[in-house]
Formats: sequence, C-alpha cells, structure tokens
Amino acid sequence: MKWDEFFVTGEPMIYAAMVSIVLVSIAIPVGLTYFKKWGYLWRHWLTTVDHKKIGVMYIIAALLMLFRGGVDALLMRAQTAIPDNGLLDGQHYNEIFTTHGIIMILFMAMPFIIGLMNVVIPLQIGARDVAFPRLNAVSFWLFFFGAMLLNISFVIGGSPDAGWTAYFPLASVEFSPTVGNNYYSLALQIAGIGTLMTGINFLVTILKMRAPGMKLMKMPMFTWSILITSIIIVFAFPVLTVALALMMLDRQFGTQFFAMQNGGMDMLWANLFWVWGHPEVYIVILPAFGIYSEIIATFAKKNLYGYKSMVYSMVAISLLSFLVWVHHFYTMGHGVMVNSVFSITTMAIAIPTGVKIFNWLFTLRKGKISFTTPMLYSLAFIPIFTIGGVTGVMLAMASADYQYHNTMFLVAHFHYVLIPGTVFAVIAGFHYWFPKLFGFKLNERLGKWSFWFIAISFNVTFFPLFILGLNGMTRRMYTYSESTGYGPLNMLSMVGALGLTIGFILLVYNIYWSTRYQPREVTGDPWDARSLEWSTPSPVPEYNFAKVPVIDTLDAFWYSKKEGKPLTDEDDYEPIHMPNNNGQPFIMGVFFFFFGFFMVFSWWIPAIIAGLFILGTMAYRSFEKDHGHYISVGEIERTENALRGEKE
Amino acid sequence: MKQLFPVPHVIGFVSSLLLSLIALIVVKFHLSFTMGMTILGVTALIQAALQLFLFMHVNENENKSALLTNIGYALFVGLVTIFGTLFAMMWGYQMI
Repeated sequence: MKWDEFFVTGEPMIYAAMVSIVLVSIAIPVGLTYFKKWGYLWRHWLTTVDHKKIGVMYIIAALLMLFRGGVDALLMRAQTAIPDNGLLDGQHYNEIFTTHGIIMILFMAMPFIIGLMNVVIPLQIGARDVAFPRLNAVSFWLFFFGAMLLNISFVIGGSPDAGWTAYFPLASVEFSPTVGNNYYSLALQIAGIGTLMTGINFLVTILKMRAPGMKLMKMPMFTWSILITSIIIVFAFPVLTVALALMMLDRQFGTQFFAMQNGGMDMLWANLFWVWGHPEVYIVILPAFGIYSEIIATFAKKNLYGYKSMVYSMVAISLLSFLVWVHHFYTMGHGVMVNSVFSITTMAIAIPTGVKIFNWLFTLRKGKISFTTPMLYSLAFIPIFTIGGVTGVMLAMASADYQYHNTMFLVAHFHYVLIPGTVFAVIAGFHYWFPKLFGFKLNERLGKWSFWFIAISFNVTFFPLFILGLNGMTRRMYTYSESTGYGPLNMLSMVGALGLTIGFILLVYNIYWSTRYQPREVTGDPWDARSLEWSTPSPVPEYNFAKVPVIDTLDAFWYSKKEGKPLTDEDDYEPIHMPNNNGQPFIMGVFFFFFGFFMVFSWWIPAIIAGLFILGTMAYRSFEKDHGHYISVGEIERTENALRGEKE
Repeated sequence: MKQLFPVPHVIGFVSSLLLSLIALIVVKFHLSFTMGMTILGVTALIQAALQLFLFMHVNENENKSALLTNIGYALFVGLVTIFGTLFAMMWGYQMI
C-alpha cells in the first residue's frame, strides 16, 4: 500500500480537515499540560465508573457527533441547493451521505439517549449506581473508540460510501474496493458490542436495583421506556453483530455469504440489516416517548394519563418492531403475500403509537401548562411526529411504496419521525435534566430562541423534500439538471438547513452563557417535578441517595412534597458501599481501537497482537480483586450539609 | 485448590468443542441430506442446552416468571427472524 492510498488525497476540503485534526491533536495535549489537567482528566473522567459522569461523557460525545453529522448535512444541502452544482464530486457526496447516516443514528442519537439514561435511570429508581458499573465504563469506551475509528476514515483510507445501509452487492469488495466499508463493519462492530452491554446492564439495573416498594407498575414512564428499550437492544443487536461479522468475512476473507453467485444471496444482507435496523428505530424512539411522558406530566402538573395503556402500548411496539423489517425492501421482488403480511404488521404499529399520542393529549387536557423550553419541544413533537407517522402509513402500503421507494419522500418521512421523535426529545431531556447534573438551569430565553429556530427551520428544511420526492427526485443523487425543476425547493431546503444551524449554534451558546451567568439552583427540584431524581440535591453527590428512599406509589416524590411525609424510613446515615474507579475500560478501548484499525487495513500481525492485548485485559480482570470502597457517615454528613444547607 | 477449579465449566467448554467437531463431520464426509440435518439438529440442541444450563445458569433462577418471559421473548424473536427470513427470501419470493 502506498502513502497516497493510505491518506485520502486530492480534495481541498479533506486537506483542511487534516490540518485541523493535526492542530486539535496538538492543542489538546499542550492545553492539558499547560493547565496541569492530566491528573484531573484521568482521575475524574477517563477512569470513572460513576453513571452520572459516564452519562455526561456520552452526551458530550453525542454533541460533538451532532456537529460532525450536521456539517455533513450542510454540505449535502449545499451541493443540491442549485442544479448542476460542482461543490462535491459524486464519490465525495456518497461518502458524506453515508457517514451522515451512520453518525447521526449510531454515534449521535444512540449515545445521546444512552447518556440520558445513564444519568437518569439510577436516580429515578432510587439506586446508587447501575448494576455493573465497570461494564458501564467498558460500554462507553467501546462506543467512543468505535466512533473515533469511523471518524478517522475520511482522512485515512476513505470513508464508507455505500450508504448507511451498506447494501450488497454495492458494499462488496468488487464494487467498493476502498477500505471504507471495512471501517463500517469494524467500527460498528466495536460500538455495537458496547451498546449490547449497555442493554444488559440497564435491564439488570431496572429489574434488580429499584428502591424498596417500587413495583414495576410504580416505575416512572422513562424507566419503563428504558426497560423496554434494553430488551429490544438485547434481542436486536446480536443480529447486527452476526451481519457485520459476515460482511467482514465477505470483504476481507473471501467468503460468499452476500455474493451474487456461488450460492450467496446479496439481499440477505438487506434482510439481516433490517431485522436489526427496524427494532433499532424503536431503540431510539421509545426512550424519547419516555422523556416526553416525564416532561409533559411535569409541566402539565398532572399525573400521566393512561399509565397502564402507555406501558402496554410500549410492550406491543417492542414485539411488533420485530415483525416489520421487510417493509424496507418491498421493491426487492418478493410476492404479493410477503408484501401484504408486512404491510399489515407495519400499519399495526400505528395503533399503539396512536394510543400514546392520545395519552399525551389527555395528560395536557385541563392541565396547568407552563411553557418552558423542554415543554415547547414536547408540544412541537406531537403534531410534527404525527405528520411523520401518517406519511409512514402511506409508505407502509406496499403497492404505493413502489412510487415512494428511495425517493426524497422517504428521506422527508424518516427525518420527520427521527428529528421530532429523537432529536427534539434528547434536547428537551437535556434542558430538563441539565440542572440536576450541574446545579443550574439553561437560560430559558436563549432556549426558546433556539427552539423556535430549530422547530421552524426543521419544517422549512424537510417539508419541501416530500414534494420533491413525489415529483420524482430520488435520494442520494448528487446533482440534477435544471430542466427537472428540483432547483427552487432544494434551495428552500438549504435555507432551512441554515436556520437549523443557527438554532444549534444558539443551543451551544446557551450552554456557554448559562455556565457563566445563570443563577445557581438550591432546591434540587427546579421544575417542581414528580419523580425520584428530583429528591436529590443538585449537583447530585457521588452516592446519589444518602438514605435509601422507600416508595409506595407512582410519583412518590410528588406526594411526599404535597403531604410533607419523608421519602425514607432510615433515621441515621449508614456507610455507603461504592465501586472503585478503574483505568482498565479506557485501556481496553484503546486496544480495541488499534485492533479495529489494523483489521481495517488487513494488517494481520499487528491486529493479532492488539487482539492478544484485549484478551490480556480480560484475563487480568478475572484475577483481580476489587471490593470497592465505603463512604463514611462523617463524609456523607459533610456532603449533605454542604449541598442542602445545615438545617437538616 | 480443588474447590477453586471450575470443573463444570471445563466440562462444558470441552464438550461444546466436541459437539462442534461432530457437526463438522457433515462438511467433511458426504452424507445424505437427512443424515446431515439430523446430526446438525441434534448437536445444535445439545449445544443450546449446554450453554443455557452450564454457562447461563437458567436453573439457578428463583424468579420463574422472569425466566419464562425471557425465554419466551427470545424464542419469539429467534423464530420470527428465522422463519420470517425464509418466508421473505425463499418461500414468498416471486410467489404470486
């Protein structure tokens, strides 16, 4: 392999990216050394097993990836804004829409949701950490290094360019000869193992570590949604693991699973991908439903309408999510029977989803609604998501789908479900739980400005795509001639994309501004909310709950506030047992990164060595004795007095 | 030292390797289709049981309803994936 094959060459934009990567990777160590922060970084962040800090790192990574994926999106919109544009060539455009998809779904939406669940779930169920704190750190570092592996692909070796779905035969070595799709199989594999472990971790945490008295049917709705999500993760991700392994074998070891001849079956990839891929849609959307349920109940000052039907509809969605995958490739050529069956199962999902929409509406009915920033996102979600849902039912009709398939109509549809469904939800959740983590609210004025920019620009960006799709513009076309008439609406979409950019810049500016000037919260319960996480002081101490809360009803914290009865029956503090910080998960992540990198380039000897190092960390771990540490009563008293004031 | 040595795990590991070797017979020797599928089916079932009992400790769970729900869900997803794939990719393909 020559150097000009190793580095991506010939593109001014890529050279600029290389320069900025080099500058940043010089600036970070220099900055850390200058401000003497190496020890702080290592002790407080890189080695942490605290679910709150891991959650914060997930969210920071997700925001960075939102920026990266957003720049990709802007470039795509800029390229298609005018007919016959020459900003990007075809190959570059292919790489950009592929990485935009992978990054936004797997390295933005997923970690943002996992970050929020890390922060919130143990607090909501009255636990002091997750069931397996060390495993949680391993999950994070595998996700992080998987994401980094994919991100270096655009300067080293070339990005994947066969779409985020990487359909065979296009993704085979024959038609995609660069290492781009090797990055795809390995980076997703590494991050996917991390996600699978997160699913197991939170399943056990929710089933085993709830506060005394918190029956399953007394859990907050967000916890319910994460329980269901974890179940879907545990059952769906193994399919991706297998599919990616087969892809790697096909591309790098000469097997023929997805080949067009020798008994291979190219569409089997699409089949396996969507057996995972459709449940994945619900993995990112169900937590969002949970977030909205919390926010709407809090700011309508009412308990959630139809709690049981909410739970049952989520269980129904989780089962149905495994029954619909074929609707992603109706046009493959299978018979009427197959398409009819999957049409019906797909439409059936609209029923439990509709139940949830009506439950939120009934929760709002006669409520004392306060229009805070998180509430605005939740309220905007309902009508926008409904447009996404209705166009989804249109796409679900197999015969009609022959018209819509792979047009901009589809692109508009899934942005209409994923952006209000997931992005609005994580931003709303971010605003809502931010004071819990940092002890101050984000500024409401700036928050509302960014909300209106995002909500309006979102529609300006994506609504024109419905019309473009119906007019025949297919997805993934990098340019078009003027005579097609696609120009004006694409330009309108570009204007919307710029508005979205302003909205997200305002969001980031809001974090900066609020950190400096926003008044500090003292109550720990700034929104007058209902669930257990708000009974802790803000920012939350390491051990979360000084005394274990005892629950007798849903929204127990709300009733304890109203009736003035204490949440716990412990009189005195007791020493608290907590897990120790550990650097092994980070080191293991580094080894995984190198293993993946060497595998991408088929450098077997270094890959085997890195693989042995990974096994070494696991072996070391199995012989290690680590019993954690105790926080003494005196220290708990000092912390609690400092955070809550002396009066208690 | 004797009680520290994980006898059941080693037995389980060795026998799962052995079962894989037996399954390999089907590839190495030219057997009839029925014979091959029988060998694969039987070894797969033993293999699954071995995993469930020795490594996943299903018999050590007191909470029977959680266990049954879990196994039920796994069976549902597994069967739907296998038969759904066969339905979409083979049986229902180009079926009018």
